[in-house]
Amino acid sequence: MTGDRLGNRQQLAYIAAQAADARVNLELETEGMTLNIGPQHPATHGTLRIIARLDGEQVVWAEPSCGYMHRGYEKLTEVRTYPQVTSLVNRIDWLGSFANEVPFILAAEKLMNVEAPPRAQWIRTILFELSRIANVSLFLGDLGVQLGAITPVFLAFRDREYVLNLIESATGGRFHPNFDRIGGLKDDLPAGFIDETKAVMKKLRNFCDEIETLLFGNEIFQSRTRGIGVIPRDIALQYGMSGANLRASGVDWDLRRDQPNAMAWDKVNFKVWTHPDGDSFARCWVRLQETREATLIVDQLLDTIPSGPIMAKVPKIIKVPEGEAYVSTENPLGEMGYYVVSRGDLGPFRVKIRSASFNNISIAPWLLRGVYVPDIVTILASLYFILGDIDR
Amino acid sequence: MIASLLAEIPYWGESLLRVLGGLVAVLLPAGTIVYLFLFKMMSFMQSRLGPMEAGPYGSMQLFAEVGKWLQKEDIVPERADKFIFKIAPIVVLVSTFLLVAVVPFGPDAYFTNFETGVFYALAVSSIAVLGILMAGWSSANKYSLLGGLRAAGQLIAYELPMVLAVVGVVIQAGTMNMQQIVVAQNGGSMFGFSGVGNPYVITQFIGFVVFMIAIQAELTQAPFDMPIAESELVSGYMTEYSGFRFLIFFIGEFATAGVFAMIASVLFLGGWGVPFAWFGWTSIDDVANWMNIVGPLILFTKMMLVVFIIMWIRFSYPRFREDQLQRFAWKVLIPVSLANIMVTAVLKVVF
Amino acid sequence: MAKLPGLIKGLGVTFGTMVRTITKGANTVQYPHEKETPPIRARGVIALHQDNCTSCMLCSRSCPDWCIYIEAHKDLAPPRREGGKVRQVNKLDRFDIDYSLCMYCGICVEVCPFDALFWSPEYEYSEPNISDLLHDKTKLSEWMETVPEAPALEVGADKKKK
Repeated sequence: MTGDRLGNRQQLAYIAAQAADARVNLELETEGMTLNIGPQHPATHGTLRIIARLDGEQVVWAEPSCGYMHRGYEKLTEVRTYPQVTSLVNRIDWLGSFANEVPFILAAEKLMNVEAPPRAQWIRTILFELSRIANVSLFLGDLGVQLGAITPVFLAFRDREYVLNLIESATGGRFHPNFDRIGGLKDDLPAGFIDETKAVMKKLRNFCDEIETLLFGNEIFQSRTRGIGVIPRDIALQYGMSGANLRASGVDWDLRRDQPNAMAWDKVNFKVWTHPDGDSFARCWVRLQETREATLIVDQLLDTIPSGPIMAKVPKIIKVPEGEAYVSTENPLGEMGYYVVSRGDLGPFRVKIRSASFNNISIAPWLLRGVYVPDIVTILASLYFILGDIDR
Repeated sequence: MIASLLAEIPYWGESLLRVLGGLVAVLLPAGTIVYLFLFKMMSFMQSRLGPMEAGPYGSMQLFAEVGKWLQKEDIVPERADKFIFKIAPIVVLVSTFLLVAVVPFGPDAYFTNFETGVFYALAVSSIAVLGILMAGWSSANKYSLLGGLRAAGQLIAYELPMVLAVVGVVIQAGTMNMQQIVVAQNGGSMFGFSGVGNPYVITQFIGFVVFMIAIQAELTQAPFDMPIAESELVSGYMTEYSGFRFLIFFIGEFATAGVFAMIASVLFLGGWGVPFAWFGWTSIDDVANWMNIVGPLILFTKMMLVVFIIMWIRFSYPRFREDQLQRFAWKVLIPVSLANIMVTAVLKVVF
Repeated sequence: MAKLPGLIKGLGVTFGTMVRTITKGANTVQYPHEKETPPIRARGVIALHQDNCTSCMLCSRSCPDWCIYIEAHKDLAPPRREGGKVRQVNKLDRFDIDYSLCMYCGICVEVCPFDALFWSPEYEYSEPNISDLLHDKTKLSEWMETVPEAPALEVGADKKKK
């Protein structure tokens, strides 16, 4: 079960079954049905609309139609100052919200030629990994619901509460921390944070084990996800996938390790998990391992946290000098990047947000051809997108 | 005693008692199952407490839910086939009531005593399939249609393993009469040891497992709840129903669970009885009259046990895809139950 | 013993959770009857210390939603010491925060140079009428009583505090 390969026979059997179904539909000259898996639906993670043309239970053609949640972020940032943009940007990927602020602040710091002091970098990385844990543990629970198991989601919410309480004790907000500032962080950690966090990380590792037994070890789950929605390696790279979706297709790509940035990832040892199969099971499995890995990263960071100031010397009113900078980080959903254009004002002139889910879902039409209706839900669940991230 | 009492009541009085008894026999288990298992057990498995506000520990929650559903607006979709739309829930509930008519509750406490009780029960349980198909088709909703079609395929496919699993019991008991099956289990002995009677759950264990899987599928409970499939079809064939009609579907689902569990406990666990050897009875006429009161309670307990297993599996597993369901029924369950019948028949002749 | 199939182990997890909930209690609190206390830094409501406010309008300008409404007039105050000049001070007429717009980002609290705004973890102030969510300066000053002491910082933090 632990990451073993999908058998070729199983793969071929699935393809043969799909082909046989298609032949029968052709012979019977059945009439297709257009189903609107509409914006309001329990399965889609928000207001995503999938227009599917079905032939019986098989999908002939499917297309996602997004934009129901467009909030005009890039236009909003044109008329806001840097602190205001930071508080708005929290709401793009609202489950792992600290992770949204970081690339933006890093881009602004790059333009100002300022680096945050080491303690700030450490705490930033800790909070980043905590939001990754909060985000992906909800994914693990939600995976159960999409597939019909109603218990894992409650376990996920139960254990995620601890992480949210931690974030709240440090930043003041459970979901929208608004904690990163150009040059460092707003405040330091409250007393007792380190010990509490270590205890919570242990609980989360238990949670990962529970989910592994309850969901991943379940033969029904495996038969629902193995061999479904296989993304070959080169197709994944062509479509611009990122994050766990890419790593589950066998591509060893992790921005935390590969791209130099002003965070503390190069100071810890962590393993980048990949899986050669590229099917839905691989994507879910990689995310499970990443959650565990994130708890280990947080433990290592807590052990080695340096003392010192948490804010560099920056003026009270920040005017970022002219220039353009692009910084991307390995967010929980994938690669998120901000291209900041500044004209020396209090706020950015233009911000382009490269969000991970927008590119991840572009593969949906290619991937959803020929699958059965229940598999649409499995595939979308395993791709894991958040509507706020797609639509911004 | 009861027979003499009944002889004094006029026929219409007897029928009225039977109707009331039928209502109680269907609705009381349904209510208990909904509260105990759906509200409380599911919540405990999810680290939460469930409804606690309505009544002490939330015991009045079911009544609150009934009141809520009754006061909702009755929406019939404009393009729906109105007549079929309206009678579909009733068809589903009717099959439950018909089914409980043949379940024995005590030595003299039964509604009818068919010689072919098992045959009747299996036949009548298929009426629900019709109701579900009617609901799915008449809703004028593509999601409901998908749900109805999936239900048709699934429920028909799983009728066969259910029937074949029960055939083993019938061979072993030698009769299709439900009351005689109970007597055969409680009065019989296993390899000469009569301390626990002869519950068919032990000798027909494979049949029991197949029957449990088949009723899980017949009730469209997870892992076989493709027709409902909340995360895709938003309730499948029940999507367009609101108010009282939805309540009938809801109660019907749990009432059917209760009645199927009663049948399972009658066929496999020994029904209303305890092993006769405990009291020294040898045949049904010996059984004391207080068994008519205690019998239903014993049957209720056994039914709760079976429903516990059904619900436990429902809350723990994800669901099968439709083609995997069908493959499982046709390629695994039917051969296994056929093999079970062969082995039972051989052993019956040998021993 | 042979490896138990995953199906059975999964049943064990749910059963174990059920037993744990029955014996040790659930992970939920029955809200109106029991309440969890939020952490000290929790952003519940903003409190105003009127004496510190000089109506510099910095908070009003930096709010992303423009939900702070300030009106003030200039007044004369007696000189600080004998024989000095008469001072001009700002007197607050109106300081309203519209909590139906506020997104609880905290920029106003952070930006205030005179420490007139504070966070308080109070969260139970929902109203049936949306216009009652506009808290005027009297109500905001009342929230000051609920403002807790700032928490002690973790080891290794810089001793210099705001």
